[in-house]
Amino acid sequence: MNPLGLYEPGTGPLHRAAAGPKLVGVMVVVTLAVVLGEPAALAVLCAVVAVGYAVAWVPPRRVWRLLRTALPLLALIFAVQALLLGPLPATTATLRLAVAIGVATLFTLTTRVDAVVTAVERGLRPLRRFGVRPERVGLLVGLTVAAVGTLAGIAAEVRAAARARGAERSVVAFAAPFLVRTLRHADRLGEALTARGWGDEPDEPGVSAARRG
Amino acid sequence: MIEFDGVGHRYGDRVVLADVTLRLPQKRVAFVGANGSGKSTLARTINGLVLPTSGRVLVDGVDTARRGAQVRRRVGFVFTDPDSQIVMPTAGEDVAFSLRRAGLSRAERARRAGEVLAEHGLAGYADHPAHQLSGGQKQLLALCGMLALDPDVLVCDEPTTLLDLRNKRRFVDLLAGLRQQVVLVTHDLDLLDGFERVVVVDGGRVVADDEPAPALRHYRALAG
Repeated sequence: MNPLGLYEPGTGPLHRAAAGPKLVGVMVVVTLAVVLGEPAALAVLCAVVAVGYAVAWVPPRRVWRLLRTALPLLALIFAVQALLLGPLPATTATLRLAVAIGVATLFTLTTRVDAVVTAVERGLRPLRRFGVRPERVGLLVGLTVAAVGTLAGIAAEVRAAARARGAERSVVAFAAPFLVRTLRHADRLGEALTARGWGDEPDEPGVSAARRG
Repeated sequence: MIEFDGVGHRYGDRVVLADVTLRLPQKRVAFVGANGSGKSTLARTINGLVLPTSGRVLVDGVDTARRGAQVRRRVGFVFTDPDSQIVMPTAGEDVAFSLRRAGLSRAERARRAGEVLAEHGLAGYADHPAHQLSGGQKQLLALCGMLALDPDVLVCDEPTTLLDLRNKRRFVDLLAGLRQQVVLVTHDLDLLDGFERVVVVDGGRVVADDEPAPALRHYRALAG
């Protein structure tokens, strides 16, 4: 299961805060991380995000799983950057990334996708007059978050199947079934959304997702 | 009442349905047939997921090709693989997702979703990650996602294929208790107790249409 970006039920202050302001908060923190160039300032920002985890009462095992995924990635990026650009730019880039990943994950850990979708819909409502369909954008956001978990699941199954056939090093043995299953999932998801009334504007001719049985 | 009127469907040159004419007023109807017989395609015409290339399908007199949205509001659909039907990360959100268009507030949607889950054996699972549920629970969740909309007709396309025997029985018992008209596409012939009518599809045509016992005799003879 994907350790990043999964809601962790809770009752802390960050769980209770409205999704809209929280989303704005995430954007502010990420913007600050991009604007600030001083490693010291970025380290403070990192600490602020860490305090956020404490305030939200995220269970330690979740934090541990998160670190286990993020730290090797950050270490790799630091190593590559240090080699190419030197230690100072590498420190800045790595801290920036740590802040961004940390704050975004804190947001998804404490916010239901349903609430995010609603906040996006509400935030975009003024753009309706310019032809933006807020409920479609909201659905897109929700499905994107859900897709992370789904694709991770498909990838794990395909890898297991490749291993069972002793083909764990073959790119084709992974890529071909992964693509086929992803596309088939997209097809079925489309059907399921149609069946649940999405894509139906007040009575236009039905959209056909033709499949055989 | 579901009516098929001379329904035919083809993908390119391949004929999947040919001249199907049926009137289904019964509360419990099953479509039975081999893989590739066209039974799933026939089921998909009921809510306009597939629009027939000839003939028409009416649900309570409403044409699926002309008023697809209106038909889909009356017809719920449960697919074989619940993983592709569950779109939100937690069980409660997924059911609430169905209610998005009902004009309810978020709190109201969450409350209603919790009720629907509790009524169908998923009490306490509202905050549970949907994809970590067991196979049987996922299919129940997919069913809840549809029942939250309170349709008049429920079409289920081999909903028990991925379930173990116990979950199969549980799912079918649940179906038996619904107020909805149920159209069940299935291979599990022993789950058809209580069904009033069984339609056997083969090669895109209806080859038997009867009460379960004689229809299933015909189907078994077909399978050789």
